[in-house]
Amino acid sequence: MRENLPVLQVVVPLLAAPLAFLVRRPRLSWLVALGAAFWAFFAALSLLTGVLASGAIGYEIGGWEPPWGIEYRIDELSAWVLVIVSGIAAVVLPFARASVEREIERDRIPLFYTALILCMTGLLGIAATGDVFNVFVFLEISSLSAYGLIAMGQNRRALTSSYQYLIMGSVGATFIVIGIGLMYSMTGTLNMADLAERLPAVAASRTIPVAFAFLAVGVSLKLALFPLHLWLPNAYTYAPSAVTAFIASTATKVAVYMLLRFFFTVFGAAFSFEVMHLDRILMPLALVAIVAMSLVAINQENGKRLLAYSSVAQIGYMVLGISLASVLGVAAGVLHLFNHALMKGSLFMAMGCVMYRVGSCRVEAMAGLGKTMPFTMAAFVVGGLSLIGVPLTVGFISKWYLVQAALEKGMWGIAAVVLLGSLLALAYVWKVVEVAYFRPPPDGPGVREAPLSLLIPTWVLVAANLWFGIDAKTTAGVALRAARMLLGAGS
Amino acid sequence: MDDRVILRVGAKVLIPFILLFALYVQFHGDYGPGGGFQAGVIFAAGFVLYALVYGLGNAKKVMPPAVVHVCSALGVMIFAGTGVVTMLLGGGFLDYNALAHDPHHGQHWGIFSVEAGVLVTVFGVMVSIFYAFAGRRSS
Repeated sequence: MRENLPVLQVVVPLLAAPLAFLVRRPRLSWLVALGAAFWAFFAALSLLTGVLASGAIGYEIGGWEPPWGIEYRIDELSAWVLVIVSGIAAVVLPFARASVEREIERDRIPLFYTALILCMTGLLGIAATGDVFNVFVFLEISSLSAYGLIAMGQNRRALTSSYQYLIMGSVGATFIVIGIGLMYSMTGTLNMADLAERLPAVAASRTIPVAFAFLAVGVSLKLALFPLHLWLPNAYTYAPSAVTAFIASTATKVAVYMLLRFFFTVFGAAFSFEVMHLDRILMPLALVAIVAMSLVAINQENGKRLLAYSSVAQIGYMVLGISLASVLGVAAGVLHLFNHALMKGSLFMAMGCVMYRVGSCRVEAMAGLGKTMPFTMAAFVVGGLSLIGVPLTVGFISKWYLVQAALEKGMWGIAAVVLLGSLLALAYVWKVVEVAYFRPPPDGPGVREAPLSLLIPTWVLVAANLWFGIDAKTTAGVALRAARMLLGAGS
Repeated sequence: MDDRVILRVGAKVLIPFILLFALYVQFHGDYGPGGGFQAGVIFAAGFVLYALVYGLGNAKKVMPPAVVHVCSALGVMIFAGTGVVTMLLGGGFLDYNALAHDPHHGQHWGIFSVEAGVLVTVFGVMVSIFYAFAGRRSS
């Protein structure tokens, strides 16, 4: 059991997905999905403690030795991402029951949970595997189920935004598989560790830089790096609330994980940053994303869309940290993976509570909610403070490390942009807070506070925002170890 | 419909052979080209031909959509379940050697079981997609 944990992490949710469909009853399939998410969280936590105690864990699928067979490889970074994905799933699923019953037709609920668990399976698989083609397969599993999930939104525009995401996501996945194919044609291997050994010998060819470029663009599409983010705002806005909360806190994080894996583990930091100068592209784009997307967020009239643009800006912070290519910078990026999942998860779940009671996420519709839904809006405020980066929240920890990493390299301008981003975040969070707290509620039947089944999961994430904001020793420790591993082994 | 006697009789003659050929492709997949995916598609093609000639309503009587949907899910469970069985028998995930004393037999049974899962899911998904598209106008 224990030695099979790396694969059970993925296989148990994979088995739970068809089971959630076969049981047919909405409540039962929810229970199956919940069980799978809790199992995945438990498995991820024990893998993380195992990796921290005794180093990376390898697993041979079907007893075939790597590099011939598919290998699952859990190191500090993959265990970290596994914890993020499964942890968010374990919080979103309790939240989903009431929210989904309100937003999705009854006979589609089993299909919904099947797709949600499949999506989680795909995301976990990307993090667990040590084989680049396997990454692509799991990427398709998670993306295809995500398109289906987004299309189940109530608004008819959910269909077009899902289609938009399908087109952009497929272009991204195609670019990734072209990059993988080119690497395979030059080295004859798909195993990450083996690729890392064989690539330097052929790196001088024309093919490998082309593979590098295809992978860079494909992964950037998937992680919604400005200006390849156009699929994201609509997808997040029109998806069902629980889906937005889950996908916003996990899917782009796993794409950032792919970025780290490909460019640090497979190509190696030396090739990526000293030969190919990836930072010269990533850094300006990240800086533009932080400023421009925060400005766009201020002008949004829909709460979910506002947070979606804020997500593109926040991805900018992660990519910015990575583009510094120093231990502190990469650690800041890895740390922000986790911290951003916590803040966006709680903010989108607060939006889900608003959607449940008000039936709309337009900022105008939130007038007076500070009085009528005090706990929901308080959760939004704490999440918003975290987004801004106020001390005692996780947002502060991320920005602290990011600013330190920038100053370490003497890049004062970057530190200034990070602080400017915080000011802009204050502006768009304030926009919602002002309407909710300083406008009188509209006349007519009053809105009640969201039910406890929605509030408790939301507040669990809010509490995590504060907990890891006050005691960042564990999270920062893991992030630093992952960053050292990425920069040490890859070069 | 009644005036297309040749089509109807022709389809009736062909369908059993199509299904049989699907099973040949499935079981011969161990030794030659073929396997679960191709077999599933061919098997589904038999039902698609039936639906085209005899109408969607009749096809849904022969192969109800509920059964097709269950097939799509069941195949995944057969595939992943094989992996779980090998783990329970003390091997790794999909380590077929654990399935029998003789590794050769183990590998054979493992591949057979996994390919059966692929057949069931591919068949289910193919027919579901056909039903979904074919049913659009009438519903």
